[in-house]
Amino acid sequence: MESIGVLMACPMNSYLEQQLEKRFKLYRFWTVPDKSSFLASHKDSIQAVVGNAGAGADAELIEALPKLEIVASFSVGLDKIDLAKCKEKGIRVTNTPDVLTEDVADLAIGLMLAVLRKLCESDRYVRSGKWKRGDYVLTTKFTGKKVGIIGLGRIGMAIAKRAEAFSCPISYYSRTEKPEIKYKYYPSVVELAAHCDILVVACPLTKETHHIINREVIDAMGPKGVLINIGRGPHVDEPELVSALVERRLGGAGLDVFENEPYVPEELFGLDNVVLLPHVGSGTVETRQAMADLVIGNLEAHFQKKPLLTPVV
Amino acid sequence: MAAEDQSQTSQSDLPYVLILKPPPSFVLFGDHFFHSPNFQYLKAYESPLPLPHFLHTHAQSVQALLSSGGAPVTADTIRLLPRLGLVVTTSQGLNHIDLSECRRRGIAVAGAGTIFSADCADSAVGLLIDVLRKISAANRYVKQGLWSSQGIYPLGYKLGGKHVGIVGLGSIGTEVAKRLEPFGCSISYNSRSKKPLVPYTFYPNVVELAANCDALIICCALTDETHHLISKEALLALGKDGVIINIARGPIIDEKELVHCLVKGEIRGAGLDVFEHEPDVPVELFALDNVVMSPHNAVFTRESFDDLCKLVVGNLEAFFSNEPLLTPVALDDLPHFSGRKD
Repeated sequence: MESIGVLMACPMNSYLEQQLEKRFKLYRFWTVPDKSSFLASHKDSIQAVVGNAGAGADAELIEALPKLEIVASFSVGLDKIDLAKCKEKGIRVTNTPDVLTEDVADLAIGLMLAVLRKLCESDRYVRSGKWKRGDYVLTTKFTGKKVGIIGLGRIGMAIAKRAEAFSCPISYYSRTEKPEIKYKYYPSVVELAAHCDILVVACPLTKETHHIINREVIDAMGPKGVLINIGRGPHVDEPELVSALVERRLGGAGLDVFENEPYVPEELFGLDNVVLLPHVGSGTVETRQAMADLVIGNLEAHFQKKPLLTPVV
Repeated sequence: MAAEDQSQTSQSDLPYVLILKPPPSFVLFGDHFFHSPNFQYLKAYESPLPLPHFLHTHAQSVQALLSSGGAPVTADTIRLLPRLGLVVTTSQGLNHIDLSECRRRGIAVAGAGTIFSADCADSAVGLLIDVLRKISAANRYVKQGLWSSQGIYPLGYKLGGKHVGIVGLGSIGTEVAKRLEPFGCSISYNSRSKKPLVPYTFYPNVVELAANCDALIICCALTDETHHLISKEALLALGKDGVIINIARGPIIDEKELVHCLVKGEIRGAGLDVFEHEPDVPVELFALDNVVMSPHNAVFTRESFDDLCKLVVGNLEAFFSNEPLLTPVALDDLPHFSGRKD
């Protein structure tokens, strides 16, 4: 398989790079000075693309690679891949579901606790030496708060299960109600927002869910509402969110994703009710290894003409 | 305040509740939250008299005392108050009260009951996730603008599947265990005695517990037995991949050894709400990204504060109307508390 060309869209994991290099001819797209001439000269050698949450395979790239057979994403999200184009051309697509569900759910709860209990601020306070002056601030209890989840897929359910252990009543919004689920369903995000204390975005990013958190939803959340985003930056109308937080029309936010990563609105940097993370939802040593193994496993299965491990298309 | 009507007792008839030093909640949020029309506070700290003189002057009027960690209730203090019938504390910990002396004198003690258990457990879990997933450190990184300039943040560690050892499976320890189960953690514990109906693995000593887990969470009381319970041996047994979380009392951990282990990488990280000499914190910790600290505020939520006000007033009112206390502390089967300041 050493002659099979694999194009890696951006840096994502050195273990994955090593493993890909052992088995395939690996091309690191981000090191190429002129991308279009690279594609023109290598179009017949590249049979696979490895992408992630930041870069995948859009229509333009797919068209430029006539020998492309498979796109393996180092993520569960597929928003950077033109799925319709892949289907049209018979290109297989795989992602990394399940292996990262727990880490992402853990981080969502971690963000809720960090925002409500001001953990990051407390740490900053101690490090600054201000504790000797003894100024405390009362924070907000997490146990018993109403948690509203947008998207009750694997990750949404894992968040619900964890929040329940803190006696949090769970409600959700989904494209369709799930009758077998015991949590309270709301038929719109605005209604869900109005009836919970903490709103979590846990759905896939699609045309329909773009800016699913907009001004109307933020208004419904109110000045005590807390938004947690472990989905995708474009789920949220970011300028609206920033002004709501700066103007204190929203109680707080825990954000792992942004519209234009790695750029984060600087107006958020000074807010003590906001916790900002550099897209680390699945960012653990254990999970990234499992994700990498899944990417390798899918590629090997494809080129050995065996069933794919986690196909999407 | 409402105008007095004829049926209300006049101020001078109200029974006294002695306070030696104001509890943190008085200082930080105001003592008017703890007001009751049925008793009045006698504030030793507002008197110019030296304390023993003050106590001698008021000894016959004091039936109840409101305390917190900052003002230990020692045998000496108790002996100066012959009419003392109740000590109420605003804290979860009881290590600042000489409970044996209270038992000997027939003085009732009212604690916090379980009002703080959820918040303490939430702090413990929050700190554990923060340390493993580097939440505070990564938040600092982003807010300093480093994500766009320096790129990808180092990976954290997965919580799921980790073995968590709880030191002290009381009300708080149980709440911690309950919360960590759906995260896929397996729970084990060390306690003064094995608890028969509990589904978690018991280890007879803390070193064995530490050797068999990835994270230790300290939830026990500070007593003579638990002072420096987490010794160098326990920390080394916990090991390079181990994390320690302390939401109980600073002196339960040998802090000098803890700092040494953290600086040398003998353990993976720590989440600490309490320290041996608060508010002093070892400066070596300030340079470490794998340590998350909070200023002994695990119970300072608006909700717990409201609950505390109601509980303190409720216990005092019950005492003065000869009714059962809301949260009496059982004074039989006591571990050794020698009234050490916490």
